[in-house]
Amino acid sequence: MEFSKRRKLNLAGDQKNACYPHSLQFYLQPPTENISLIEFENLAIDRVKLLKAVENLGVSYVKGHEPYQSKMEAEIRKVKFSYRENLEDEYEARRKDHISHFILRLAYCQSEDLRRWFIQQEMDLLRFRFSILPKDKIQDFLKDSHLHFEAISKDEKTFPESDIKASSFSPNETGLELESVYKIPFADALDLFRGRKVYLQDGFAYVPPKDIVAIILNEFRTKLSKALALTARSLPAVQSDERLQPLLNHLSHSYTGQDYSTLGSAGKISLDQIDSLCTKSFPPCMRQLHKALRDNHHLRHGGRMQYGLFLKGIGLTLEQALQFWKQEFIRGKMDPDKFDKGYSYNIRHSFGKEGKRTDYTPFSCLKIILNNPPGQGDYHGCPFRHSDPELLKQKLQSYKISPGGISQILDLVKGTHYQVACQKYFEITHNVDDCGFSLNHPNQFFVESQRILNGGKDMKKEPIQPETPQPKPSVQKTKDASSALASLNSSLKMDMEGLEDYFSD
Amino acid sequence: MEAFDPAELPELLKLYYRRLFPYAQYYRWLNYGGVVKNYFQHREFSFTLKDDIYIRYQSFNNQSDLEKEMQKMNPYKIDIGAVYSHRPNQHNTVKLGAFQAQEKELVFDIDMTDYDDVRRCCSSADICSKCWTLMTMAIRIIDRALKEDFGFKHRLWVYSGRRGVHCWVCDDSVRKLSSAVRSGIVEYLSLVKGGQDVKKKVHLNEKIHPFVRKSISIINKYFEEYALVDQDILGSKESCDKILALIPETMHDDLQPIFQKHHSSLQRWEHLKKVAIYPNDKLGYLLEWEIMLQYCFPRLDINVSKGINHLLKSPFSVHPKTGRISVPIDLQKVDQFDPFTVPTISSICHELDAISTNEEEKEENKTESDNKHRTRDYKKTSLGPYVKVFEKFLENLDKSRKGELLKKSDLQKDF
Repeated sequence: MEFSKRRKLNLAGDQKNACYPHSLQFYLQPPTENISLIEFENLAIDRVKLLKAVENLGVSYVKGHEPYQSKMEAEIRKVKFSYRENLEDEYEARRKDHISHFILRLAYCQSEDLRRWFIQQEMDLLRFRFSILPKDKIQDFLKDSHLHFEAISKDEKTFPESDIKASSFSPNETGLELESVYKIPFADALDLFRGRKVYLQDGFAYVPPKDIVAIILNEFRTKLSKALALTARSLPAVQSDERLQPLLNHLSHSYTGQDYSTLGSAGKISLDQIDSLCTKSFPPCMRQLHKALRDNHHLRHGGRMQYGLFLKGIGLTLEQALQFWKQEFIRGKMDPDKFDKGYSYNIRHSFGKEGKRTDYTPFSCLKIILNNPPGQGDYHGCPFRHSDPELLKQKLQSYKISPGGISQILDLVKGTHYQVACQKYFEITHNVDDCGFSLNHPNQFFVESQRILNGGKDMKKEPIQPETPQPKPSVQKTKDASSALASLNSSLKMDMEGLEDYFSD
Repeated sequence: MEAFDPAELPELLKLYYRRLFPYAQYYRWLNYGGVVKNYFQHREFSFTLKDDIYIRYQSFNNQSDLEKEMQKMNPYKIDIGAVYSHRPNQHNTVKLGAFQAQEKELVFDIDMTDYDDVRRCCSSADICSKCWTLMTMAIRIIDRALKEDFGFKHRLWVYSGRRGVHCWVCDDSVRKLSSAVRSGIVEYLSLVKGGQDVKKKVHLNEKIHPFVRKSISIINKYFEEYALVDQDILGSKESCDKILALIPETMHDDLQPIFQKHHSSLQRWEHLKKVAIYPNDKLGYLLEWEIMLQYCFPRLDINVSKGINHLLKSPFSVHPKTGRISVPIDLQKVDQFDPFTVPTISSICHELDAISTNEEEKEENKTESDNKHRTRDYKKTSLGPYVKVFEKFLENLDKSRKGELLKKSDLQKDF
């Protein structure tokens, strides 16, 4: 990787427009400018937020129609990325869109699951932007994206109008104004020609504008998929870059909200409340763990970690935690001494009181879903992800969820929208139409649930911190997120450069 | 024509491979002008030897190597496979996963047995002049689409030797097509769907794609003679019942009087067409077309076409059961092609013997090389005309290649 000093780009007016001629792009060229670490992380976080919103909207509303369209626009506006042509001073918005996409490639190329998710959301985003692109801008966009789509006008002598109408439109659709058609090499229109949905002549498919989106999205998916595979090959180099490693790890296990490491309300929960809190405010993953603990008087390591940290997050102190676990394990005929020797050390460790003194943070949904799948005898994991649908159905029935609600949840699970399924569970059990938040963390579920049940009494929230354990005592946990990042930045005062090597051959 | 006796194959093949097989043209084809390095050397061939011994991953250095090996092994059958990343005969020395099929012609295999449900005259391996029209229609329909819709220029149609035809599409770009696109092409060309348990295999809707319309217009040219006369599809109760199975029961009552009043397939079809119309069919001929397509439209085997590494019988290979040579079909004379006049290996060997004895009596110089003999030999047998068809195909390939090279060099001169 080169370390040549490249100056920050200072562009004026027209040069800016030339950089990003359109409100949407295929992300063919990686960015080459320098940016600060702060901006690097912020842009990435913004885009992850956006893609998660895209995912949510995609399962909640019909794509291409209202209210999906206006909600999408609102989400993109929130993060100030580009989406629409002809807006004033688009340069910044397009630039942010461009850079953030490439940063996320680094984070999301790492596994098949992550790649698939990333490609799906980016495709939906592109589909939306394309849908609001004015017709006269389409041709220019295609040309600039190096898509060899030749447009044929209806007025040309050889225009096979009736054949095109017979192929691409159903009989009651004719009479539509067919202004122009795209002449595409047949192999690039596979999904159209295989079902005889398009007119073929001399090796070209004559694609009307309404069908061009499918082809563009196909191209996009193919290109992005190849690019991610390429980027993944550079991964070892990326991960060894000390500037990038903590940030990218944070992103791809990406959770961009609170981490609920402690609530200022530590100590406000008493142990005898836990059983009732479990039924009322615990998410299903923790409810399942609690029940297993009560039933078996034991939990294996994965379960102890996931549930134990969650309890810490809802406010249990170390003393309470030790008492809680010991009580339960003794009921299982465990020797109190054995508990002290074998288990209490681990509990103290997870509170940061032993060993390297890392104060571990409770697991986010993504971490629970993606890591450490449960095996036989395990109760951790995400029930929506890891439970057999039949068993999940039974469990929901035992929680007294209505059959209609259960089938909605199961549909979301089938579509692999596990967190949205959990949101649906929240909405049903709390009797609300819209839970009002995007679920990312079991403790978030708890906090939001308590808020509804206790009528708005706010729990004090801690600011953003990286989810990975704190590296050194000198970079202490601070209450102020921006000062934390600032101190990181000052100790690693380098501009990001030479990243484009990770994206190319 | 000499009767073919499979027991004579070893001797006949020896003569065939020594004196008649058109090696020069064959090599000219598969070498594709030598434009791509090692294209021929990386091509897989498979041989079936006497006693059904099957050997894969054969490959050869050049024409003379091919000749020597074929003469040595005397294969009963020869199949052509893909062009690989390495020489197939060295594939065991290649690192695991590195030996990959890279290119191959797009091929189609149309087999008469796939039509057993709609032909009365023969079944399974048998063919006759009455059902051969199915192949004629298949060639016309598929070839038109490959040429006009897909723009493919170099299409070689070959008689398989017994009961079907093969097509080899050899354009440069086509040889590189992915498996997904090949499958897509077969899908585009398919209209008859369903196996034995499906009675009605063709379903049209009001949206008639030009491909369907053009295919119907080809079938129309043959339908009367093929279906109504030769196959007599409405001639007996049994055959009428088969047709009725494709028509909604609600119409059956209205059709009975037709069968009582008229007795020839021709007349019955004329009247049936007027009655058998779907209630909401604005066009009025969808059901009629569905029946015609089910009886006449080509049936392709997708597995043959989609795999890049699929092996297919080579042109000029001999069919071990019939003795017939897999000869190229002249597209200009498709209607006249008669599989029963295709030369068998015994007949051309016999012809060769007759010529040689004559020549020996005439010529003084008996030390002419085998090669020279061979270049004249097949020309003097019934194999000659078929090799000519093949040569025409090769000339077209050459012309295209020259055109491409010129274009490329022109572009390079342009600054």
